[in-house]
Amino acid sequence: MALTGLQIFKLLPKTNCRECGFATCLAFAMALAAGKTSLDDCPQASDEARETLGAAAEPPIRLVTVGQGEYAVELGGELVLFRHEKTFYHPTAVAIEVRDDLPEAELTERLRAVQALSFERVGITMRINSIAIRQTGSDSASFVKTVELVQANSPLPLTLVTQDPGAMRAALAIVGSKRPLLWGAAEANWREMTALAKEYGCPLVVTAGDLAGLSSLSEQVTGNGYKDIVLHVPAKAAGDVLRAATAIRRMAIKKRFRPFGFPVLASVGDNRDAYLTALTAATCIAKYASMIVLDTVDPAVVLPLLTLRQDIYTDPQKPIQVQAACYAIGNPGPDAPVLVTTNFSLTYFSVGNEIESSRVGAYLVTVDTDGTSVLTAWASGKFGPEQIAEALEKTAIGEKVEHRKVVIPGYVAVLSGRLAELSGWDVLVGPREAAALPGFLRSYTAN
Amino acid sequence: MSFELHREKFPCRISEVEIGAGVAGNGQRFLQVGGASTLPFLSFDGPSGHLPVIGMEVWDVVPELWPAPLENIFGPVAGDPVEWARHCAREWGAEFICLRLRGADPELSDASPEACATLARDVLDATGVPLVVLGCGNDAKDNVVLQKVSETCAGRRCLIGPVTSDNYRTIAAAAMVNGHLVIAQSPVDVNMQKQICVLLNDLGVPQTQIVMDPTTGGLGYGLEYTYSVMERVRLAALQGESSLALPMIVFCGFEAWRAKEAKTGPTDGVVQGVAWEALTAGTLLQAGADMVVMLHPEATRVVREHVKVLAGGEMAL
Ligand code: B12
Ligand code: SF4
Repeated sequence: MALTGLQIFKLLPKTNCRECGFATCLAFAMALAAGKTSLDDCPQASDEARETLGAAAEPPIRLVTVGQGEYAVELGGELVLFRHEKTFYHPTAVAIEVRDDLPEAELTERLRAVQALSFERVGITMRINSIAIRQTGSDSASFVKTVELVQANSPLPLTLVTQDPGAMRAALAIVGSKRPLLWGAAEANWREMTALAKEYGCPLVVTAGDLAGLSSLSEQVTGNGYKDIVLHVPAKAAGDVLRAATAIRRMAIKKRFRPFGFPVLASVGDNRDAYLTALTAATCIAKYASMIVLDTVDPAVVLPLLTLRQDIYTDPQKPIQVQAACYAIGNPGPDAPVLVTTNFSLTYFSVGNEIESSRVGAYLVTVDTDGTSVLTAWASGKFGPEQIAEALEKTAIGEKVEHRKVVIPGYVAVLSGRLAELSGWDVLVGPREAAALPGFLRSYTAN
Repeated sequence: MSFELHREKFPCRISEVEIGAGVAGNGQRFLQVGGASTLPFLSFDGPSGHLPVIGMEVWDVVPELWPAPLENIFGPVAGDPVEWARHCAREWGAEFICLRLRGADPELSDASPEACATLARDVLDATGVPLVVLGCGNDAKDNVVLQKVSETCAGRRCLIGPVTSDNYRTIAAAAMVNGHLVIAQSPVDVNMQKQICVLLNDLGVPQTQIVMDPTTGGLGYGLEYTYSVMERVRLAALQGESSLALPMIVFCGFEAWRAKEAKTGPTDGVVQGVAWEALTAGTLLQAGADMVVMLHPEATRVVREHVKVLAGGEMAL
């Protein structure tokens, strides 16, 4: 079923016209074989090629963009079932729901709260990706008014939640040029909704009560010539969401079942226990939702979820690392403490942030450990006395400070003797957890 | 294209392990774990085995840096591990207790093997639920402590460990002689996990007496590595790698509460530390965790509920 790059190449025009964004037809063919692009991107392909390549020419899961500009978010485009097989590419988008019956003051307050849900972690900003506006009554006027208010007060892409094509059309008259996600099409209204999606060029959520229904609705919409769709099963229990999303992802990737070759949206908002809701959302992040809709703005729920998303979507082949160097934190002078750590981003930022919050200026020397943590690096011989001594030497930290005292992580206290011998520096054993650093540094400088 | 649900069939099944002695009359409960022939909760593929069990961790010494949400709950019982354990089993619904013998560490209280063993037996008697016993991490000391624990709790089918490729003979032998199970630990590594399991098999430890500990990373602090290693281990096992066809245990409470975010987040309303712990567990359940060790009672409760929700559901696929 799957074709090789060369087989695909034979069917292409071989003009290397670059309109697909690749330098050569061969490069494009290779990318297509790997499921990383779609034949639609080659405007020159013959009808014959299209027919021959058929399903094999399209990526297993379509990449669908919601919104535009800086805040646009991409859904889908995944190639594997398990992150260790390669990586997951497009982090689960998180939308926060607002209802159109919220009083204006509460609405703007909620939007402010969403805007505040932005966190720095490992040098990366994590935030919310969309506001989902839900129509609650049959009155399209309050839906439209809410859409207007949200768009005036939030830069985030919108998700328009209404089953009523009239309300959708009215909302699109205002925000139709911004590529909102239309949620959406179901058995009863799919023709009108698909027509609207086409007219405005907006992605469309397709909903059915079970997988068989979803499959046939997906075929109807795509058969109607519209492919920017997102699949949704209105399941409530975490187990149902998990099994439906898994079945969809698996059939899309392993069976190339075209009706399921689209990103999946899961709503997890209707749970009354905040922790259980968070657990359902976590399950969706791990297992195959490209977008989730939450109805909480509590940072104590959102921060753990965004952290989990970052974990699951980091590339397993490449730990995030910082450059091995000497970092000056908070205006250190010649008496400032010198600390060493590894160049694993997580480790570096854990330590760096604590030094910063201690308000004690300090130098942080990072040893190149191929981006591994303190104990992992120590156990694999990348953070031993030799490497640390060498880093002290190489960064010439000795020229910046007038003392010769270096603080090492508490977990590797055992290497202090040998490090002192090799480097000639006095070695101080710091606390084990970085969280204890502010206290440690304050008493350090007091002495 | 007509829709036909694709079901995954694996040739192998995870071994079924029994923890705790179900001796009639003494009220001691026991647990069965493992037995899956599918990935977690994918019951449409086939029998997905016993539901994961959720236990709670108890320390023999009061922890040094106790974050407020834990201090508030455990403060009154922290100095008394037996009472602490009793609370876990009776009030907070722990399905098993995991006793961490930190105090055995020569650099901490250097508790004697006899004291450790008596404590383990007292906890068993006081709670009536199965017991997991962890050493302090000092190999030489753990060898004597866990040997003594094995003898004192003989016949109670405790889960004892961890053992590693560098240190397994003494502990595993003592556990076998006294009818216990062992925890086979590897440092987040599929091949090393296989290695220790094969070593135990060679020593004569049966598949029904091993639980694997692939090493837990907390949310935001290595979770993704544990997650993927566990997924790989479970897939390999289901596909026929019999040495890995064993249940897995994860230590979510211990790892999650080490995170700065768990200690510093909001502590009223939704407690960030509880969410941190619950999400660490919820995620690892998806990677194949069969035994989940928690700390905070609220996190324990929601994860137990979550397991039920995952196993239940009414949607036909
Ligand atoms: C994820 C992980 C891995 C990942 C690597 C992740 C990475 N990029 O480093 C993988 C799977 C690749 C891995 C591999 C190995 N691992 Co590993 N791994 C872990 C795990 C689960 C989490 C590590 C982590 O990310 N911690 C988070 C970071 C932020 O912690 P940290 O760097 O220590 O930083 C903290 C403190 O040290 C402190 N700090 C840091 N710098 C400084 C500086 C100063 C001055 C101060 C005061 C404080 C301070 O602040 C930070 C926050 O508190 C731990 C077990 C665990 N649960 O902790 C095992 C662990 C570290 N690994 C271990 C081992 C043995 C290995 C291997 C050597 C196994 C092997 N033989 O193959 C390999 C090495 C492979 C290689 N060649 O590199 C052992 C180490 C045993 C020991 N005590 O020495 C551990 C403890 C597991 C175990 N119990 O056996 N591992
Ligand atoms: S657009 Fe088509 S013809 Fe042009 S280079 Fe790409 S593959 Fe070749």
